[in-house]
Amino acid sequence: MNCGVIVFPGSNCDLDAYHLVRDVLKEEVTYIDYEERSLQGFDVIILPGGFTYGDYLRSGAIAARTPVMEAVNRFACSGGLVLGICNGFQVLTEAGLLPGALCRNDSLQFRCRQVYVRIENNSLPFTNKASTDQVLMMPVAHGDGSYYAPPEVLQDLEANGQVIFRYVDQRGEAVKAANPNGSCENIAGVSNRAGNVVGLMPHPERAGEAVLGSTDGLVIFESLRGYCKGREVLKSG
Amino acid sequence: MADVDNLRPEKAPKIWRKLGLKDFEYEMIVEQLGREPNPVELNMYSVMWSEHCSYKHSRSSLKLFPTGGPRVVQGPGENAGVVDIGDGYGAVFKIESHNHPSAIEPYQGAATGVGGILRDIYTMGAQPIAFLNSLRFGPPNNARSRYLIEGVVAGIGGYGNCVGIPTVGGEVYFEPCYRGNPLVNAMCVGVMPLKRLVLGQACGEGNLVVLAGARTGRDGIHGVTFASEELSDQSEEDRPAVQVGDPFLGKILIDATLEAVEKQLVVGVQDLGGAGLTCALTETASRAGTGLEIDLKMVPLREEGLEPFEILTSESQERMLFIVEPEKLEDLEKIFQHWQLPLSVLGQVSAGKMVTVRHHGEVVAEVPAESVAGGAPAYEPESREPEYIGKLSAFDLSALKPAGDPGQYLLSLLSSPDIASKEWAWQQYDYMVRTSTLEGPGGDAAVLRLRETGKALAVTVDGNSRYTYLDPYLGGMLAVAEATRNLSCCGAEPVGITDCLNFGNPEKPEMFWQFRQAVEGMAEACRVLEAPVVGGNVSFYNEVEDEAIYPTPVVGAVGLLENAKNYCKTGFVRNGDLIYLLGPCEVSFGGSQFLKELYGKVAGRPASIDLEMEKAVQALLRRLIADGLIVSAHDLAEGGLAVALAESCLAGGRGAAVTLASGLDSVLELFGEGPTRVLISLPPEASDRVLDLARKKRVRMSELGRVDGGDSLTVKCGNALAFKLGLDELKKAYEEVFSWIRT
Repeated sequence: MNCGVIVFPGSNCDLDAYHLVRDVLKEEVTYIDYEERSLQGFDVIILPGGFTYGDYLRSGAIAARTPVMEAVNRFACSGGLVLGICNGFQVLTEAGLLPGALCRNDSLQFRCRQVYVRIENNSLPFTNKASTDQVLMMPVAHGDGSYYAPPEVLQDLEANGQVIFRYVDQRGEAVKAANPNGSCENIAGVSNRAGNVVGLMPHPERAGEAVLGSTDGLVIFESLRGYCKGREVLKSG
Repeated sequence: MADVDNLRPEKAPKIWRKLGLKDFEYEMIVEQLGREPNPVELNMYSVMWSEHCSYKHSRSSLKLFPTGGPRVVQGPGENAGVVDIGDGYGAVFKIESHNHPSAIEPYQGAATGVGGILRDIYTMGAQPIAFLNSLRFGPPNNARSRYLIEGVVAGIGGYGNCVGIPTVGGEVYFEPCYRGNPLVNAMCVGVMPLKRLVLGQACGEGNLVVLAGARTGRDGIHGVTFASEELSDQSEEDRPAVQVGDPFLGKILIDATLEAVEKQLVVGVQDLGGAGLTCALTETASRAGTGLEIDLKMVPLREEGLEPFEILTSESQERMLFIVEPEKLEDLEKIFQHWQLPLSVLGQVSAGKMVTVRHHGEVVAEVPAESVAGGAPAYEPESREPEYIGKLSAFDLSALKPAGDPGQYLLSLLSSPDIASKEWAWQQYDYMVRTSTLEGPGGDAAVLRLRETGKALAVTVDGNSRYTYLDPYLGGMLAVAEATRNLSCCGAEPVGITDCLNFGNPEKPEMFWQFRQAVEGMAEACRVLEAPVVGGNVSFYNEVEDEAIYPTPVVGAVGLLENAKNYCKTGFVRNGDLIYLLGPCEVSFGGSQFLKELYGKVAGRPASIDLEMEKAVQALLRRLIADGLIVSAHDLAEGGLAVALAESCLAGGRGAAVTLASGLDSVLELFGEGPTRVLISLPPEASDRVLDLARKKRVRMSELGRVDGGDSLTVKCGNALAFKLGLDELKKAYEEVFSWIRT
C-alpha cells in the first residue's frame, strides 16, 4: 500500500498519519505538498487533521482551493481511495467531494476526548475488515465537528449506505450522550456515493498503538491495506 | 501612552517618568550613552530597562539558583534552557507569565502567552513537543471570574490546538487574592539534536539581519511597560498593550524556522516577544559583542505611518529575527516563499558594539547594544518581614478539634474547585496530537515518548501558594520538592527545572521579602535535589488596588525516563495489590485545603520538609518503578492521604480498603498535609523486596491496606469505620463542581 499524506499550510496531524503508516503498518508513505499537481502512483491519499489556513474562513475552506485539491479531485474521480480525518474531512466537504458540512460543536467549545463509533457499513475498502456493527474507541479533537446535511440529503445518505461511522456509547447504542458535538443523527463519518472517498471526525491514526490507549483505529488501515493488496493481485493476475 | 511628538526632554520635562523610568535610571542612561538620548532611544531604553526585560529587582536574587550540572547545556540567559537527555538529544524548556494581558483580555492574553513561550523553544532550533500551564483565578462563584476562566482556557486551547502541539498538563487553583489579577503561566517543552542548537546571537560582521513572519503593527506597544506596573481601574485603557495572536502564522513560522535551522541556513535566531524589535536587536548584538546597522524602512508594516519608536517597540506577534550569511539568503527566502511568509533584510552585523537604526536615510537611534540590553541597574531592594507572617503562623491548629464525619469531609474536599477534576479545562486542549502522549493531563506528571530514542520525558508544573504565603522560604522548597516528586512518581529522573515567580510590587519591602525568601528556599531545594534551574521568568507587580496576590512561585520540571515502557500511573491497577504510604508521617493542617474548605482559613504552619529524606524517597521511587516492583504511585498533595486514596481509586476505577493504626488523630492523619509522602500500590509478592529496599534507604513505609476491587473506598481507624464511600459518590463530588462550564 502506497500512501500519500497531504501537508497543507496548518496541517498538524500529518506526522501522526505518516508515523502510523510507516512505523506501525510498515507500509510506504510520502508527504505531499499542497502545491503538488500529480498524485500518480498512490493507492491511498490521506488528508490529515489540523487547522489548515487557521480555519479562519470556515474550517477547510481555503485548503479546499489549493492546487493539490484539483489533483485529489481527479484521483477520486478515477476511483482512487481518499481518507479525510478531522480537518481533512472538513476539507473534503468544502471541496464538494463529500456531502454535508461540519459546523461548530454544540458545546461551542473544542473537545478532546475518547469516543465510541459504530461501523455502519463494512462493505467499503475502508471498513471491510471490520465486523458488522463493530464499535471502535477513538479520540476526537475538534471545535467544528457537528455534521450537518439537509434532511433529504441525510435520507439519501442513510439509504445509500453512505453513513459509515456513527457516535455510540460503549454498548453500541447511538444515544445523545455519546454525541460529542451535536452531529445530525450522531454521524461521525460519511462516504461519497461511489464509496472511495471517506471522511470522519474521530482520529483513527491516534488509535493505532496500545500505548496510546487504543488500537481500534487500525481496522480502517488494515482494511485499506487488504483492499490494495487484493487489487494488486487482480492486476498482476 | 507617550505622545511621540513631544517626547523630547526639553519639550516635556521628565518624559522618562511617563515611560516608567526613574530619574536615577535616566541619569544612568545619559551616563552610559554619553549624552541625552533622543526620543526614539529613550523609548528603546525604557522598554529594555522595564522590570519585565531587565529583571532589575530580581537579578541579584536569581543568582542564588544553582544553574549548572552535568546535563546542563544552556542555562539561563538565552531564550530557553537546554538539558542533555542522552543519545545526542537535548530537552529545551521554559515557563513564562502572561498575567497582566490575561487580566485585561483573557483569550488573547492567554493565547499570546502560549505563542510567546512556543517561540522561545523553537528559536533554539528545537521541535516543540508539549505545553503545560499553571493558572490562578478568583473563586469561580461570580461572573467576572468565570469570564476570565473561560477566556483563558479557550485562549490556551485556541493557540495550542491550532499549532498542533499538545497541551498535556497543568494546574488550576482559586483564591480570592487572584480575583483582579489572575495568573497565566505557560510552559513549553521541546526536543532537539544537540548539534542543531542555535543561539540568539548576532555573530559575524557582514552577516544579514533578517526579519521574518508577521507584519509589524501597532499592537502591544509598550506591553512590557504595562506588565511592569500594578493593575488598576485604568488598566482597561491599556487594552492596546495586549497583543493579538495568529496561531496559523505561528504554526507555519515554526515549520519554516525549523526547516531553516535543519538546513543550517541561519547562524543566529531570536524571536520577537516583549519589547519587540528593540529587544531582539540589542540582545542578539549584546550577546555576540557586535553591532548592527538597521534600516526601519525594510520592516514590513501592517499599516502606513508607523513612527520609528512604534516600529521598534511594537510587540506584534509571530515574528522572528535571523542572522544569515549573505550566500544563504536565497535558500532561506525560498523556504519562506513556500510558506507564503514575509521575509525582509533589515541590515547587517557590523563591527563595534553600536546598534544604529536608520529611517528614510536618517539615523534615528544609535545606542550601545550592551547598555540597552544589559545596562539597567540591579537593585537590592529593601526587605521586611510582613506582619501577617507572625500572626498567621501563631494560629493554634490544635484548637481545631474537627469532630465531623470524615466521609463528608472527603466529599467536600473532592468537590472544592482546587482539588476537583480539571477535565473541564483539559478537554478543551488537544493533548494527543503528535501521538506521543503516553500519559496526558490528570496524573502527577504527563509522560511523552521520544520516538527518536525510545526514551520518554515526564513534565509537570507545580506550586502551592498558600504554603508560600504562610512561609515563603518553606513554600519555595515545597514547590521544588513537589514538582520533582511528581516526576519521580512517574519513574522519571528530574533533569532540570524552569520557574515562574509571580509576586507583588518588589518596591514594597514586604513584597520583596516574600520574593527573596521564596527564592532562597527554592535554591536550597534545587541544590539538595540536584535540579538545576535552566531558565525562567519573574512577574512582579501582581497587585490590584494595593491587594497583592499570594507569593506564587510556579515550578516547571522535566524528567527523563530511560525506558518509555517503564513508567508509573496514579491509579490503582490490580485487585489484590497492597497499598503503602511511602515517606514520613508528619502532617499539618497549616495552609491545608482542609482548613480552607472547612474553616475558611489560610493560617498555621505547613509541615516542614527534610530535603535529604525527600531525595531518598524520590530515588527509592524511581528505583522501585525501574525494577517494576510497584504498579502505581501518587503524590500526596492538597487534601492529604484521603484525597490521594480517592484519586487513585477513581483513576484506576477500583475500590480499596484501608486501615489506619488506632490511637492516631484520624482526621489529621487523613486530611493533614505534609511533603515527601507518596501512595504506592504493589503486588503482594513484591512487598518483601520493596520493604527491604525502603529499609536500606531509611525510608518509612506504612502498610495501609489493599486494592479490593470493590466499588467503594473504605477507611477504618483501628477497628472503627471512619467512612465507606462508593466510587460513584466520590466521582460525583470530584466532577460536578465545574458543571457550569460544560454547556
